[in-house]
Amino acid sequence: MARTLTFQQAINEALDQEMARDDSVIVIGEDVAGGQGAEGEMDAWGGVLGVTKGLYGKYGDRVMDTPISESAFIGAAIGAATSGLRPVVELMFNDFLGVCFDQIFNQAAKFRYMFGGKAETPVVIRTMIGAGFRGAAQHSQSLYSIFTHIPGLKCVVPSTPYDAKGLLIEAIRDNDPVIFFEHKKLYPLEGEVPEELYTIPFGEAEVVREGGDVTIITLAEMVHESLKAAEALAADGIECEVIDLRTTSPLDEETLLDSVAETGRVVVVDEANPRCSMATDIAALIAQHAFDALKAPIKLVTAPHTPVPFADNLEDLYKPDAERIASTVREVSEYQTWAATASKS
Amino acid sequence: MTLASSDLLNTYRVMKTIREFEERIHVEFAAGEIPGFVHLYAGEEACAAGVCAHLSKEDSIASTHRGHGHCIAKGVDVHGMMAELFGRATGLCGGKGGSMHVADLALGMMGANGIVGGGPPLATGAALAAKRAGKGNVAVAFVGDGGSNQGTTFESLNLAKVWNLPAVFVVEDNGYAEATSSKWSIGAESNAERARGFGLPAVQVDGHDFFAVHEAAGEAIQRARDGGGPSLLDCQLNRYYGHFEGDAQTYRGTDEVKKLRADQDCIVRFAKRVTETGMLAESELEAIDQEVFDLIESAVADAKSAPKPAAEELLTDVYVSY
Repeated sequence: MARTLTFQQAINEALDQEMARDDSVIVIGEDVAGGQGAEGEMDAWGGVLGVTKGLYGKYGDRVMDTPISESAFIGAAIGAATSGLRPVVELMFNDFLGVCFDQIFNQAAKFRYMFGGKAETPVVIRTMIGAGFRGAAQHSQSLYSIFTHIPGLKCVVPSTPYDAKGLLIEAIRDNDPVIFFEHKKLYPLEGEVPEELYTIPFGEAEVVREGGDVTIITLAEMVHESLKAAEALAADGIECEVIDLRTTSPLDEETLLDSVAETGRVVVVDEANPRCSMATDIAALIAQHAFDALKAPIKLVTAPHTPVPFADNLEDLYKPDAERIASTVREVSEYQTWAATASKS
Repeated sequence: MTLASSDLLNTYRVMKTIREFEERIHVEFAAGEIPGFVHLYAGEEACAAGVCAHLSKEDSIASTHRGHGHCIAKGVDVHGMMAELFGRATGLCGGKGGSMHVADLALGMMGANGIVGGGPPLATGAALAAKRAGKGNVAVAFVGDGGSNQGTTFESLNLAKVWNLPAVFVVEDNGYAEATSSKWSIGAESNAERARGFGLPAVQVDGHDFFAVHEAAGEAIQRARDGGGPSLLDCQLNRYYGHFEGDAQTYRGTDEVKKLRADQDCIVRFAKRVTETGMLAESELEAIDQEVFDLIESAVADAKSAPKPAAEELLTDVYVSY
């Protein structure tokens, strides 16, 4: 029987195996070990949610705790990456980009272009996204669209343990700066993960469910909500094709457009806020390149344009779920264009 | 620290090259030959020269928006720099970086930087890489008095100390961050004082005096190479031109620059000292003057006749692979 790991264990294993394989891989971040300089045990935390637990014991000073100084240590990871190391640095919550974004978008992202192709910056920035933890407005956002907007960055948003391991290994071996987004609700998710090292190429979305009626395009935790919705809809005879983006930069436009060409009906599901988001970006892409194939307006299922609320009932309302996805898919699948309606009468 | 006459000649060549490069850029910019934003280093040469004299190409430096001097002192090709400032295909960065992004990573020059305070974290990272490599190399972060007020600088001082990195922070306090006096904007007594608060050995030096900078930098860099951790050098100096080319500098005192050029000029002081003490002959300096003049002439001529980047270059070099 195939081996099962959680999403969290899969990330830990990818780090472990890459550190074992390549001495230049180092891990940097706040409490990635934990206990530094304190009286109690070392490696007390292994990251705030335990993702890097155990690496310190194996790799010692290649697992570097930091002061709470994201600008300095993320910038240092970037400087170290141009100087021969392959740092995997943790920006604990992606919400903290506000205290270090310059180093990411003005430095790392632009070196190669500004320096005429002479720089390589093989840094991976791991960071947590997502609502659902009652973490409130400053610990629950999904800000991948902001990073995706920046040329020079690659953005990875895995949804399964298998993808998390393969995409993280790919990210570590990649010679460009990669932002690796981990949805905190996915950490306990179990799935089959091979023990050996493997990579998943960037820019290849995965069709996680095939269906000919409506295309659902989604990412991260919303892949699972979309699959739940698709299951419920199938009982009513609506077959959804569910596509997991896996990476938002590069974006696999071909797989999306091919599916839309078949179904002509699209729902984009994105946990993030709706303005200038992955959802609107994908809607624009389809409107531009697959307009003729469309049989219904493109519909978006997203969070509202608000910060993430704390109260549990409000946060549950904030986040898209299978029910909202299903009802939107129904709308889209039932939609008749004027021309189609006219031809029937 | 004794300097051989070959070292002194090289120092003079570096300082003179920076000066002539900048004076010429000043003229070319005014003539409309150079696009964009340009920040000149003229007047500050002793600092770049005094620090970089201790560095090899295996050592790294992170620079500032006023970075031409650091590049030249680190051995970056002057023809490539000039062409870059003119936005030409033959430029060091293919014309895609310009004055604020001149870089040569193969020489340990991590780039001028358009973001004030952008460099210290990057140099801290290069110092981390140097420490892990264990070959005794160091990284230097140049930062202006303006950049010295950025949180990135404070964070980097602390991180370099906590990680005990072979890093040296060189503050070039040229008196003004844009149009604001550093006497006003730096709340502490000095940046040396601040650095001591972070636990770093720090000294303040006359940044117009090559020998003072050279000695202080030598100590700090040697300490870093020996595993003694980071230090800060607080260089007090002045710039001869504005924050950027085109700055009318109405915030400066009457004849301020004129007096500086007459009394403090780092190249004049250097030349005086080495000739009066008989370390170098005037004829040797004159020969370098001619050599530098010819170099700048040919660099400008080459830059002007070089092609602009091909249109397809717009889309290249964003990623290694995508």
